[in-house]
Amino acid sequence: MSYTLEGDTGPWEVVVGLEVHAQVLSESKLFSGAATAFGAEPNSQVSFVDAGFPGMLPVINAECVAQAVRTGLGLNAQVNLWSRFDRKNYFYADLPQGYQISQFAHPIIGTGVIEITLGDGSTKNIGVTRLHLEQDAGKSVHDQHPSKSFIDLNRSGVALMEIVSEPDMRSPEEAGAYLSKLRQIVRYLGTCDGNMDEGSMRADVNVSVRKSGEEFRTRCEIKNVNSVRFVMQAVEAEARRQIEVWESGGTVEQETRLFDTARGTTRSMRSKEDAHDYRYFPDPDLPPLVLEQSWVDELKANLPELPDARRARYVGLGLSPYDAHVLTIEKETAAFFEIVAKGRDAKVAANWVTGDYFAALNRLKRDISDSPVSAENLGGLLDLIADGTLSGKLAKDVFEAMLEADESPASIVEKRGLRQVTDTGAIEAAVDAVLAANADKIAQYQGGKVGLFGFFVGQTMKAMAGKGNPALVNDVLKKRLG
Amino acid sequence: MMRPTDYTIAGGLRALEKREISAVELTEAYVKAIEAHNPRLNAYITVTGEQALAEARASDARRAKGEAGALEGIPLGIKDLFCTAGTRTTAASRILGDFVPPYESTVSGNLKRDGAVFLGKLNLDEFAMGSANTTSAFGPVENPWSRANDPTKRLVPGGSSGGSAAAVAARLAMGATATDTGGSIRQPAAFCGIAGIKPTYGRCSRWGIVAYASSLDQAGPVARNVEDCAILLRSMAGFDPKDSTSANVAVPDFAAACARGVKGLRIGVPAEYTLPGLAPEIEALWQQGFAWLKDAGAEIVPISLPHAKYALPTYYVVAPAEASSNLARYDGVRFGARTAERDSDLRDLYERTRAAGFGAEVRRRIMIGTYVLSAGYYDAYYLKAQKVRALIARDFAEAWAKVDAILTPATPTSAFAMDERQDDPVTMYLNDVFTVTANLAGLPGLSVPAGLDGQGLPLGLQVIGKPFDEETVFAVGGALERAANFTATPQVMA
Repeated sequence: MSYTLEGDTGPWEVVVGLEVHAQVLSESKLFSGAATAFGAEPNSQVSFVDAGFPGMLPVINAECVAQAVRTGLGLNAQVNLWSRFDRKNYFYADLPQGYQISQFAHPIIGTGVIEITLGDGSTKNIGVTRLHLEQDAGKSVHDQHPSKSFIDLNRSGVALMEIVSEPDMRSPEEAGAYLSKLRQIVRYLGTCDGNMDEGSMRADVNVSVRKSGEEFRTRCEIKNVNSVRFVMQAVEAEARRQIEVWESGGTVEQETRLFDTARGTTRSMRSKEDAHDYRYFPDPDLPPLVLEQSWVDELKANLPELPDARRARYVGLGLSPYDAHVLTIEKETAAFFEIVAKGRDAKVAANWVTGDYFAALNRLKRDISDSPVSAENLGGLLDLIADGTLSGKLAKDVFEAMLEADESPASIVEKRGLRQVTDTGAIEAAVDAVLAANADKIAQYQGGKVGLFGFFVGQTMKAMAGKGNPALVNDVLKKRLG
Repeated sequence: MMRPTDYTIAGGLRALEKREISAVELTEAYVKAIEAHNPRLNAYITVTGEQALAEARASDARRAKGEAGALEGIPLGIKDLFCTAGTRTTAASRILGDFVPPYESTVSGNLKRDGAVFLGKLNLDEFAMGSANTTSAFGPVENPWSRANDPTKRLVPGGSSGGSAAAVAARLAMGATATDTGGSIRQPAAFCGIAGIKPTYGRCSRWGIVAYASSLDQAGPVARNVEDCAILLRSMAGFDPKDSTSANVAVPDFAAACARGVKGLRIGVPAEYTLPGLAPEIEALWQQGFAWLKDAGAEIVPISLPHAKYALPTYYVVAPAEASSNLARYDGVRFGARTAERDSDLRDLYERTRAAGFGAEVRRRIMIGTYVLSAGYYDAYYLKAQKVRALIARDFAEAWAKVDAILTPATPTSAFAMDERQDDPVTMYLNDVFTVTANLAGLPGLSVPAGLDGQGLPLGLQVIGKPFDEETVFAVGGALERAANFTATPQVMA
């Protein structure tokens, strides 16, 4: 059943398109050698180019171009071997050159597609219209002084990818899933760190509503929404607002709006009439960007494995589709799992990572990037289970000990004497002692109360302080009880 | 007796090498010449005499150690559009205030690397926008030449490199840097009776030069003769990774090409350059030019440049469009002059700063440029102009199949008076009619002093060449110079 919002006049369909700005992961800026690290002292990462000084000229950073191409390849998109930079002209205090260098008419990446997975397990393809490279502006700070504004140009000139989707999304969930998937892809590719709270990724959300079967109605653009949750909230709030406007006999005007996260509503920022005339024209300081197909091919050949491919591979290793999905959501989780599973039973590794390990992270409120147990040590634990050193029960004890101090499981086993007893003689002795003390139970068992077998196992394990190899204990008991 | 200011650059380098003169002696002579004549000519905005003498002493020391560069000890003037580290750079505009660049332009840096001594910063039209050097915020430059029948009438030196041309003609510098966006090297060189070359677009780095119209701006030298231009250009030119439009091509020995001769070269006569209203003296000089080249062994070939007649309007769409964007950075926020009231908001700060900082001609071009790029007008003006520009370039590309160089007049008239042609900007723009095509097509163009008009004012001929074939341009220029034997000197001269 497709998503609709109920108005007084019946159901309304919601139409959403996203323009996502993703900061390119690179050492230096798009057109200058200045650094891009987040959180530096204001104006400490600014070259004369970034500050728009007289006579300064932009020079394209090849790494930023490579990152854009990698992203395009990751979106299954067309790479344009010929693209061009334009100037987008407007005046603002944090835009030193008086124009932003962007790709208006000829973007580096053309149409592509992103497959999103929805809560019910279904998938949907969302079209990508284009991806282009552009520079970020600086930052104006208005709240540090009663009468002055301050400008921080550290971000000025930082490379951004603007990734524009088709208006293919039909619900807040789809918009959220699209943004999450896009973030997942760029993080896998290493082309953007995806840190939405640091502003490395932000979305302009285009929303309109319509009755089923209609053409698109007028859309509004909600600027700079900086989390998946807010995108979903903004879509719904804006759609509800528009439905109210239409149903009260009004007309939705094309305009730019802001999402008020505290109130959960959108408000007008500027109307179409106030829109800038950006006077785009080709930047005469930069020749067209011409790529060699062989260079693109090389980038493609060296592309890391993407989430969809990795998920499919995990299913091929015997994992359930659900486990494969959970393990691939975050690149770091997948990397952790890869180490745990390397040379071991993938299914067992997946069970441990998604089971005890995730539960421990939750319990300890820790993150995988700040993991209490290294993937290598967790793998080592699986080895001790596989070679019979530890029983499943003992392994859980060792794992708990590992959470306290990230030591190798082997040394924990040594120190605490948790090694499983596989010496048949010791097991037989323990079994015999248990049987000798429970002659009545033997009679009952042999009389048909087979459920008592578990009692004998439990008593033997207890006598062996939990270290008896359960399979061997079983074997000996069966033999003795005949 | 030979005075220090009599030396050409080539001659000065030989004299320095033979220790007939020192860099300090040369520089002192030029500093004195500037003191004597600059108050009248106003060719320099900033004179750095003390610094020049210090540089000259250092230069003599380098030469003594056997470490002389290609321009060791040659005193030059720098157009005040080139950023010079530690020396105020104005672009002849109030808006830059007392801006002192913390960096040196690539071209001026190249000249320093080769041992040149900088005398100071030369006047120009504001932001290089003008053809008479009358738009400078630091006052107009006077042409050192005057009319025989009206010697007190003050003439313009041409523009925008009017300070460069006037200083070299009056011997207030041995040579100078200049820039050319629509004719700003070649027209003032012609008006002042000196040589000047705008090289191929991409030959000299634009890094550190205050931008006017980026796709057309190109630095080049002005000097007393063709060979001196060739010597200077060799030092100025070269690939610069800091300028994405800089060409990664080898820099040949241009001076060697000056004496090559023109035997066997095919010289084009563009039919479309015979304009109605072209001064008969200029028409006659042009024909004389062909005769000289023919006598020297060249073949004269008629060619057609059918779209050349659209060059001027094309230029006056493209150049202001780029300028309107390039000059947006002069906003009073980070450097230069700021005009604001205590309670000014940002928009008010911009409006006051830019209204007070830019002169009338700069404001006019910013407005034209803003208009032609505006939504609804872009296709009709900017896009159309770009298409015509491509056709003009194609005309030349087709001509190069038939000829090795093209000869045209440099300007439609000789120097005019400061109080003439100031009322109508379009009349002023016509100065560039012979020169703008080379900018639109990115070609090298050399202006050579070739004769005098009836008032005793210098006239120039222009040689246009193939992309990156400045050597042929210098060869043709050298042949014209030898034939013309231009020895006249201006009335005001050190």
